[in-house]
Amino acid sequence: MKRFAALFSALDQTTKTNAKVAALAEYFREAPEPDRLWTIALLSGRRPKRTVTSTLLRTWAAERAGIPLWLFEEAYPIVGDLAETIALILPDPSRQSDRSLADWIGVVRGLGKAEEAERKAAVLDAWDQLDRTERFVFNKLITGGFRMGVSQKLMTRALSQATGIDEPDLAHRLMGDWSPESTSFRALILEHDPAADLSKPYPFYLAYQLDDPPESLGAPADWAAERKWDGIRGQLVLRGGAHHLWSRGEELMTDRFPEFARLIDFVPPGTVIDGEVLAFQNDRPMAFAALQKRIGRKTVPKKLLTEAPVLLMAYDLLEWEGQDIRALPFAERRAILDDLIAPLPTEAPLRASPLLQFDTWEDLAAERAKSREMDAEGVMLKRRDSPYRDGRRKGDWWKWKVDPLVIDAVLIYAQQGHGRRANLFTDFTFAVRDGDALVPFTKAYSGLTDEEFRRITAWVRRNTTERFGPVRSVTPQHVFEIAFEGIQESPRHKSGVALRFPRMSRWRHDKPVEEANTLDDLKDMLAAYGGATP
Amino acid sequence: MPPLERRDRGHRLCPAPLSLRLVAPARRATPQPMADPLLSFTDRGIYCAAGDFYIDPWRPVDRALITHGHADHARPGHRRYLATEAAAPVIRHRLGEIDIDTIPYGEVRDVGGVRVSFHPAGHVPGSAQIRVEKAGEVWVVSGDYKTEPDGLCEPFEPVRCHAFISECTFGLPVFQWRPQVEIAAQIDDWWRANRAAGRISLLGAYSLGKAQRVLATLDPEAGPILTHGAVENVNEVLRAQGYPLPPTIRVTPDTKGRDHPGALVVAPPSALGSTWMRRFGTVSTAFASGWMQMRGVRRRRAADRGFVMSDHADWDGLNAAIADTGAERIFVTHGYTAIFRRWLAEQGYDAGIVETAWEGESLDQTDEAEA
Ligand SMILES: [Zn+2]
Ligand SMILES: [Zn+2]
Repeated sequence: MKRFAALFSALDQTTKTNAKVAALAEYFREAPEPDRLWTIALLSGRRPKRTVTSTLLRTWAAERAGIPLWLFEEAYPIVGDLAETIALILPDPSRQSDRSLADWIGVVRGLGKAEEAERKAAVLDAWDQLDRTERFVFNKLITGGFRMGVSQKLMTRALSQATGIDEPDLAHRLMGDWSPESTSFRALILEHDPAADLSKPYPFYLAYQLDDPPESLGAPADWAAERKWDGIRGQLVLRGGAHHLWSRGEELMTDRFPEFARLIDFVPPGTVIDGEVLAFQNDRPMAFAALQKRIGRKTVPKKLLTEAPVLLMAYDLLEWEGQDIRALPFAERRAILDDLIAPLPTEAPLRASPLLQFDTWEDLAAERAKSREMDAEGVMLKRRDSPYRDGRRKGDWWKWKVDPLVIDAVLIYAQQGHGRRANLFTDFTFAVRDGDALVPFTKAYSGLTDEEFRRITAWVRRNTTERFGPVRSVTPQHVFEIAFEGIQESPRHKSGVALRFPRMSRWRHDKPVEEANTLDDLKDMLAAYGGATP
Repeated sequence: MPPLERRDRGHRLCPAPLSLRLVAPARRATPQPMADPLLSFTDRGIYCAAGDFYIDPWRPVDRALITHGHADHARPGHRRYLATEAAAPVIRHRLGEIDIDTIPYGEVRDVGGVRVSFHPAGHVPGSAQIRVEKAGEVWVVSGDYKTEPDGLCEPFEPVRCHAFISECTFGLPVFQWRPQVEIAAQIDDWWRANRAAGRISLLGAYSLGKAQRVLATLDPEAGPILTHGAVENVNEVLRAQGYPLPPTIRVTPDTKGRDHPGALVVAPPSALGSTWMRRFGTVSTAFASGWMQMRGVRRRRAADRGFVMSDHADWDGLNAAIADTGAERIFVTHGYTAIFRRWLAEQGYDAGIVETAWEGESLDQTDEAEA
């Protein structure tokens, strides 16, 4: 664990990408193989199952530290992280040990089968032989949510430096349904056999937002465009008579969307399709809320299947007749995809995302302007001769989102953030005017710079009118422009609306409260862009 | 079990004068005839009515007793100041032409019929706790303090009293400092590694106190030390007083990083990330502050390193200092006051909160420029 804790500190102690990659690469060269594999697993979001509840951990830690539980509970939100709070609050360890990472993970996993008294004894025993950083790591292994400030991309780069295997190849090896219990470093990384795992997806290619005008991309004829649908990006893998649906976060979603099982009858095995899972009815996407109902459930009741049926709006074809075709130009891949989908009956839950016709960038801008009425977030631009790459890369794919909706609102409540933002006011509630009253309609947490958060924090401290627990109501004085991607009717909110992705896009120092938008303005927006709720 | 006799024989807290912003203690004694408390809390700061003086007031007053030279304690605009001999030069340096009277540590002076003395607080060079006594009733105002001797400033001295007004900037059990030698070794290691890599090390530390403490703990053989003007101005004042500081080089508009390979630069936190630091080329950056205990804060500051070194008492330090006063009434100020007050009340103290106009070295202010 000392080596892993040292790695963790090294990654935590630098903001420089190269230093992080170097530290990781060194670890991948020198650590025992089981520890390497677990490190890869942790950095790609595969963590051991949770075996102790957070309530028990808090109780044990407070007891061990000799403080009342309420005091622990007060400190926790200020630190912002349970594992860290525990690591900081405990007395110094009474002894030293150096067991391997894999060994400690074995301890953590073993807790699941133990009686509570046994679990407690094991956890206290661990705390008593680990220093602060090791304890933090150990607690994180139990509580999950381990973030080490290293993306999967950086981890892959480091692993590539340590092993000499190409990054894209490694990225593919690391995909899919494996765990350190089901494989070894050797089998997964060094002696990889793609055929061994029929469910294995390809790394997703992700686009950057286009900030420059599209003219910067050159000739329109070199580009294909389609709508950017507002669903869940998914990769459908059909091999050996089975199907698997993967999310962008490499989560297996197959059971949540049983509709796709039928595709085995229509699409030959050895096919992998990249697309967008959409709730779809009457020939158009339903409001995102419909899809949200589906996301939340592991198994789907029949009623929901008819209320919010889904389909895959296909963007791209990655594997065809068992061959990885990602290196072919987009135009060719797309032509095969169209040929594959065209003969399917209309009730098959698979469609090709229509390509937009445009000769000039103005034509495309006009199509983009129609995004909201088409229930899309904007348009996607893909270079016709580009391969299907992995990860987020500039150059061949761009998303050109429609401008967000905005409304000027009054800040009325503030609450402190935690973690990185502890002791700053970062969580705000905003209101629109309704006659003389202010009606709260949304919260927003992001969009300001650190400097602006500091300024508003200092202001909130001086202008608090009332406190309700952690929430302070403040003098209505500041107006912020709130940007958001969509608006829906919502009986749960006082204002009757719910916003999608609200954030503070501008601090309107120039606007007095009297010039903020009104509830009527908000209702007009709902009427214009609201869409039907299922 | 809290000792009951505390509240039975304890001094009672009287209802506050109109302007008070005093949060009453949780447990009150049974009603008795009222007497004016020796110190009260007004919108100008802590006030002694019997002697007609204020301690660390934040609005202009006639007579101000000052614990130390930090900007949230020594404000401009008072008619007369009183501070320790050791603190006065820095206060003068910061506030310019003021009418300041000085007093050695431990000496008792009569101020308006009240016995007043100053005792080391161990916070920064010259810093003091202020003891106030009348008719056998003793109050102590801690100012800012730390209990671990740092080798530079006069070490903290516990003072017995009936009522203690304590800061609690780090009044949470997650704040437990490691011994100074360990932190000094971490800073030395970081500096050494940067030197080996041909980089300059840039350390953000308060220009009064933390900067000099760091200078005094580092290995003076390790390499050249450069200082930002704000730090060097304070260095000059303290050197003239005889505080032992290693030789340093003042950064001027002509200073170039390449002339000082492997140097350590000590600057106020606000200089990090500013155009001022560009002259040093590629640097490794760090902060020295108690807030660096929290990973979230370290990450927010986006420096390469965060060294957990504070001039305030940690959780154990606060609790030990409070116990050592023998006081039964504790008022807490500057910091996690509500939480710390509740904790003290559970330990059997008659505990209250003093609200101030200043948040002290609070988290968001560590990000701001230091005057
Ligand atoms: Zn201070
Ligand atoms: Zn202070």
